[in-house]
Amino acid sequence: MHDALLVAGKDLRLELRSRVALNQVVPFALLVLVLFAFALDPDRGLLEKATPGLYWVAVLFSGLLALQRSFAVEAADGNRDMLRLSGLDPAGIYLGKVLAVSVQLLTLEVLLLVGVAVLYTTHLGGWPLLVATVLVATAGIAAAGTLYGVVAAGLRVRETLLPLLLLPVLAPVLIGSTRAFEAALGGTPSEGWPWVGLMGVFAVLYVVAGVLGFGPLLEEA
Amino acid sequence: MTTQIASQSRGRPSGAGDAPTSTGSRATRVLGILTIVAIATLALFGLVLSPADANQGDAVRILYVHVPSATFAYVGCFLTTLGSALYLWKRSQWWELVAYASAEIAALFTAVTLATGMLWGRPTWGVYWVWDARLTSTAMLLLLLLGYLAVRRLPAEPSVRSKRAAIIGLLLVPNVVIVRQSVQWWRTLHQKPTLFANGLDSHIEGLMLFALFVGFVAIGLLFTWLLVHRFRLAWLEEQLDEQGLDLAIAERRAEAAAEVAADTGVVAP
Repeated sequence: MHDALLVAGKDLRLELRSRVALNQVVPFALLVLVLFAFALDPDRGLLEKATPGLYWVAVLFSGLLALQRSFAVEAADGNRDMLRLSGLDPAGIYLGKVLAVSVQLLTLEVLLLVGVAVLYTTHLGGWPLLVATVLVATAGIAAAGTLYGVVAAGLRVRETLLPLLLLPVLAPVLIGSTRAFEAALGGTPSEGWPWVGLMGVFAVLYVVAGVLGFGPLLEEA
Repeated sequence: MTTQIASQSRGRPSGAGDAPTSTGSRATRVLGILTIVAIATLALFGLVLSPADANQGDAVRILYVHVPSATFAYVGCFLTTLGSALYLWKRSQWWELVAYASAEIAALFTAVTLATGMLWGRPTWGVYWVWDARLTSTAMLLLLLLGYLAVRRLPAEPSVRSKRAAIIGLLLVPNVVIVRQSVQWWRTLHQKPTLFANGLDSHIEGLMLFALFVGFVAIGLLFTWLLVHRFRLAWLEEQLDEQGLDLAIAERRAEAAAEVAADTGVVAP
């Protein structure tokens, strides 16, 4: 756990100093929101109705960028070997990466929530369910994304490979978070909680898989 | 049969000249003939002898291929996960190749399932595609398999590629289960599963049931035949890769030796 905090601290410090996520990923996410408005006529009320889906698609796409970034910082200058030589527990490295990605995703999601509230005039409500959904969905995306991120890391085709691997896997999270948001915004929170449970199972499964699988993946050449 | 050829070639040095040069053997030839006979029998029962369905008409005949294909696509996925797990656990190259071969064939069978399903859906439902739980999860299954194959076919170092592909293969069946479950919830929360409620399982006539059974036998034989050949091909490819490197090294060495000989030849007189 100590190792995890170390790695997470390192990644977040990197982000604080380089501001790549803040200066590039966040504007991209807002751009996606604007693009949806161009694609779906804003006057027909479609945007407000489709907010849960559009919101989570925007999160997934910009989250992919954040994940790519999280492994790009390890690719340069033989950092991968440094991590292996550092004596840190691989499970700790994995959890640290997940933690750092989660923090960045959460920041992104809060900004995007403000974005849909302002741009799509969506009335936000059902806060307990909304917050719970954001938390478990973020954990799921970060846990699966970090595991598949290290599978794609260091390969010449990583930019194109990661979306192909990750997006089908994250389909349950997209379905679940969208339905839960719909339930929260539609004022029927009881319909949303089973989805939060499903996403919770997803997140736990992937954290376990990541803790077990990260060591062998990191050890290879 | 697969174990036989595998253990045979494993015993030999990789550069041996008497390595198998084809993926066929007497056993697979018998299997291939049986497969052809079974497919001919399926055509006979499926297209000629069995009656048209009261509701679905002649379109029901597509199902004699569709349902077995879907079943064996799942068998292939299961083999991929099993092979990946055993590769990670025992470092067995054999199981790694089983995983790879069955993933490729599972992808093929999933594509066949989707294609035949769409052809069946058009006359029966009036559309090629509906967002039914089964259709959606089968499409996701195909994408998950393509992801595995994309990693397995990377032009990377074999050990790196195998290990990464094995992690993805290991997660394949859990992913399929989760995706299926979520898609099922997703659809059933919105609409009742009406599509299969009055269709398939309720009343299957004797001859139609037999045609479906023949379909399972024929597709099962085809699956096995393809799997054995694909596995042997992968094995030979692996041998060729290793052999190719050895040959290249030997060639470079010979070149260097020749150059040295030429140099000394010039200097001597």
